[in-house]
Amino acid sequence: MSLSQVTLYALGGVALLTFLSLIVLVLTWAERKALARIQMRMGPMRVGFHGTLQPIADGIKLFTKEDILPSWADKRIYWIAPVAVFVPSLLLWVTLPVARDLVLRNLDLGLFYITAISVLSVMGLIMAGWGSANKYAILGGLRAAGQLVSYEIPFIMAILGVAMLAQSLDLTVVVDGQANYGYALVQPLGLFLFLTAGLAELGRTPFDIHHAESEVVGGPFVEYSGAHWAAFFLAEYLNTFTVAALTVLLFLGGWRWPAMPLDGVAHSTLSVVWFMVKTALVIWVIFWIRGTYPRLRIDQLMSFGWKMLVPLSFLNIVVTGIVLFYGWPLWILTVLSLVLLGGTVYVIFRGPRAKTERGTVTVYSASSLRR
Amino acid sequence: MQIQEQVTERGDALDLMVNMGPQHPSTHGVFRLVIWVDGEKIARSESHIGYLHRGSEKLCEGEQYAQIITLFDRLDYVANLNGELAICMAAEKLMEIEVPERAEYIRVILCELNRIASHMMFYGVYGLDAGAMTPVLYGFRERERIQDMFESVTGARMMHNYIRIGGVNEDLPDDFGARMSTLLDQLERGVEECDELLSQNEMFLARTKGIGAISAEEAIDLGVTGPPLRACGVPEDVRISEPYSIYDRFDFGIPVGTRGDCWDRYYVRVEEMRQSLSVIKQAMRDMPDGEIAANVRRIARPPKGEVYIRTESPRGDFGVFLVSDGSDKPYRVKVRAPSFCNLQALQAMLRDAYIADAVLVLGSIDIVLGEVDR
Repeated sequence: MSLSQVTLYALGGVALLTFLSLIVLVLTWAERKALARIQMRMGPMRVGFHGTLQPIADGIKLFTKEDILPSWADKRIYWIAPVAVFVPSLLLWVTLPVARDLVLRNLDLGLFYITAISVLSVMGLIMAGWGSANKYAILGGLRAAGQLVSYEIPFIMAILGVAMLAQSLDLTVVVDGQANYGYALVQPLGLFLFLTAGLAELGRTPFDIHHAESEVVGGPFVEYSGAHWAAFFLAEYLNTFTVAALTVLLFLGGWRWPAMPLDGVAHSTLSVVWFMVKTALVIWVIFWIRGTYPRLRIDQLMSFGWKMLVPLSFLNIVVTGIVLFYGWPLWILTVLSLVLLGGTVYVIFRGPRAKTERGTVTVYSASSLRR
Repeated sequence: MQIQEQVTERGDALDLMVNMGPQHPSTHGVFRLVIWVDGEKIARSESHIGYLHRGSEKLCEGEQYAQIITLFDRLDYVANLNGELAICMAAEKLMEIEVPERAEYIRVILCELNRIASHMMFYGVYGLDAGAMTPVLYGFRERERIQDMFESVTGARMMHNYIRIGGVNEDLPDDFGARMSTLLDQLERGVEECDELLSQNEMFLARTKGIGAISAEEAIDLGVTGPPLRACGVPEDVRISEPYSIYDRFDFGIPVGTRGDCWDRYYVRVEEMRQSLSVIKQAMRDMPDGEIAANVRRIARPPKGEVYIRTESPRGDFGVFLVSDGSDKPYRVKVRAPSFCNLQALQAMLRDAYIADAVLVLGSIDIVLGEVDR
């Protein structure tokens, strides 16, 4: 590798880091504003116009706070854990394209790389749980591990479904395959599986089980403060952005828009804009879910993962395989996928269990009780 | 330290002992629940109370009757007026005071409003226990409206010190009727909104249905009262079974569950808010003009004797046992606190529970530590 190449990559890395930090700052503000909107309040309003400088104020606060080391903590593991969580979430962005040429390094096995790296951050959570020498932290860390085994398979299988359609693990090729329509139209079930498993991977509502404040008081993060806590926090928002971006790349046509007419710089700019708009929409859905849903219990997540998501994700692959093997038109896959998705929704909302158990409270009138 | 060692000795060596509380976001105050967990399952649990003990009952013996009322404000600090009502009724019964009609109506209206405020707080915090962020803000919005109304009537948002022996402190403000009708409309919509937001949510159902269920017999044996008892299918409400004040004049419903699980306890309270609204409406319609307090000497001296009063507070059967020796201070005051008695059922409810359930079960009993520890 020549010196100029190294310089180029270094500059690219710095640019990427700056871009991602900015994104995280915007996301923290956006989430607070979005939740505030759902909850009929204003959200941050004091620092800057409509609280736009709030993330910076938060950052200053976090980085000037004391970094507390509990006396019982396993010092090395305790300090490494935030890094072990943060670095993988950053590494993912090496191969995630924002527009056709706006990527640090496009890999032929990009999706393989992503599935491999995205698992790593869980190790950091377990390390944090163990290193803190705190019972809540250990419970949280083990919950994160339990969560991993239940959502990782559907997560990877949903990615595989798209890879089958695109006939490639290269993200640029995947996006090019969606020139006319997003794969969400072909595989609605895949989108559902990916987003659900993605939420579990992020540890966001309704799967924020490993750091559930009302149960394990923040789980692995309970002992952390200051800059090290901020690292966890950054990783969480970065992962949110990553999953949203992946959803856009895999299912919503990436930076493409049907009949995009331009070329050159204008094309790239428009690509980035479309990409960001689509990602923002997915992120809004994630925030919306956070503002609406309660949290599942760990065993419920695992039974949901193993009894629902895993079989469905395999079915998704099988159905896709059959349609591709016989060369049927893709709308047949859409129909099959929709049928499966409809069946899932039916089982969740109208299943036998849901029917019998509602309405167990009846109102007795006072006159019937007075004798 | 000593307690810690004792507790560890008694626990199974294989289980992990976790202290939930006294500093834990979901213990609703300073309550300490020690649980031994086997993985995520709770093998055994033990409650420790007393962190908020202020000696209220003993303090009562050193205060004049008018001064005791403030102490009762601070027992169940989420439903202050219901506490005030109980001690005032006890003294009135001992002194054989006839409370004016208007005062009775004012008391009922405010106490039922306070019941709604208390249940709204339960609703919000219960959502938070289940991991949903939004219900708490919806619940507190409605509660805030009621607090504003209380402020305009009693002068304080909490700790009102408004109900007096023989009546109430002040008459209602002039615009009370108009403000009340808008408040009732808002609350009606608010209750429906809250109900829609959480009650039938699939994940909420999954978290609460069949969790922490106890049978009616068990609940009665443990002395459970109020919504947790009614959730088990026992239609017991002091307002009906032993009517006090003017509750026998109103037509309202008593929500009763069937399974005695967390969801039933939750939904009984949601339904109770609707019924309280109906009571308030009837009371507003019938409220007469007239005196707001009986003619009682400023320093009350009840005759020698003892009396026991039962009232239905938002948390259950709130009883006051009052012994007077004829002086201006009571000889003995004993409070039967529903939170304290309902808390006995926690261990029974936590059979086969997970850690995450412990939070929801404790939340569904709706304890107020001020009342548990007194």
